[in-house]
Amino acid sequence: MCTTCGCGGGDAKLDGRPHSHPAHDHGHDHGPERPGRRRISLEQSLLAKNDALADLNRKAFAARSILALNLVSSPGSGKTTLLEQTVLRLKGLVPVVVIEGDQQTSQDADRIRAAGAPAVQINTGKGCHLDAHMVGHALESLAPVEGSVLMIENVGNLVCPAAFDLGEAHKVVILSVTEGEDKPLKYPDMFAASDLMLLNKVDLLPYLRFDVDRCLAFARRVNPQIQILRVSAQTGEGMDGWLAWIAAGRTKALAQRDAANV
Amino acid sequence: MHELSLMEGMVQGIQEEALRQGFTKVHQVRLEVGRLAGVEVEALRFAFGPTTEGTLLEGARLEILELPGRGHCQTCGEAVEIETRFDLCPACGDGFVVLTSGTEMRVKDLDVD
Repeated sequence: MCTTCGCGGGDAKLDGRPHSHPAHDHGHDHGPERPGRRRISLEQSLLAKNDALADLNRKAFAARSILALNLVSSPGSGKTTLLEQTVLRLKGLVPVVVIEGDQQTSQDADRIRAAGAPAVQINTGKGCHLDAHMVGHALESLAPVEGSVLMIENVGNLVCPAAFDLGEAHKVVILSVTEGEDKPLKYPDMFAASDLMLLNKVDLLPYLRFDVDRCLAFARRVNPQIQILRVSAQTGEGMDGWLAWIAAGRTKALAQRDAANV
Repeated sequence: MHELSLMEGMVQGIQEEALRQGFTKVHQVRLEVGRLAGVEVEALRFAFGPTTEGTLLEGARLEILELPGRGHCQTCGEAVEIETRFDLCPACGDGFVVLTSGTEMRVKDLDVD
């Protein structure tokens, strides 16, 4: 592993291939003379490395007016179906690119490509979340055009992805009604970190004992500012609201560029 | 288990610092971890061994200082200590607590050569 940038340590793969750092110079110098044993104060966050890379991603998004969304949920909440439906509905209207994160297989990226959007699959191997480093590399191969919407489907996990900033504009948490209404209280960090909650699979509500009001109250308890939309990717119910939310975010991303150009 | 990634990030950060400040061996690392940081201290300890192997941190002592969750209540204004992140105020039983500490996870200092 390179001791300056720490690269080469992970076993993350992009579309099944190991990732590389081609334009990277490893001819480091080894600092000044050492003054012997001492204590040095650092006060450095354990997330400092990730946060610095996330800032680079955020700057790259801003430079190209890209709206980046980080989709987080437990496994089986319907993220990929929701994404497929979103890609199909935005086709020809808005350029959409997708980064898919899973521990194994490229099935999700295959589904998204079949729906009509360029997609890169990141296999995290043993990793339980995407980090800013992996997303930076995926961006190099995706090369989204100006004004794109980038959807990042994180690894299905309601815990770890909450801590890792990828440079996105918003985390969007997807909770399906088959999971139980108390998830916001059981996994509060994820709901606290998200700006929007999509309550998915609402077409199944007649068959379940799921108290929607209670669930939404729990979500607002951990995050009073969270916006909430009820959707069914399967039947299309509520999808217009979700697309309108994306459009508003995209307008904002484009306006920021225009403001910067004045 | 994101503790493993956190430890990998820590090792990378310290390796960069070693080049900047000119040290080649770390004898002790002191971390500050808040009780509300969503991090298992035992998992951090467990990850420390394998992530530091073969680096300038190999064999270093790891000390973890746990910081309590503190904040003040939005309703009654009382300064309180809380155990979990979204507890209602233990003083008045009603208000949200705005945190002032307890979510930290950082390297406080290092003993180096």
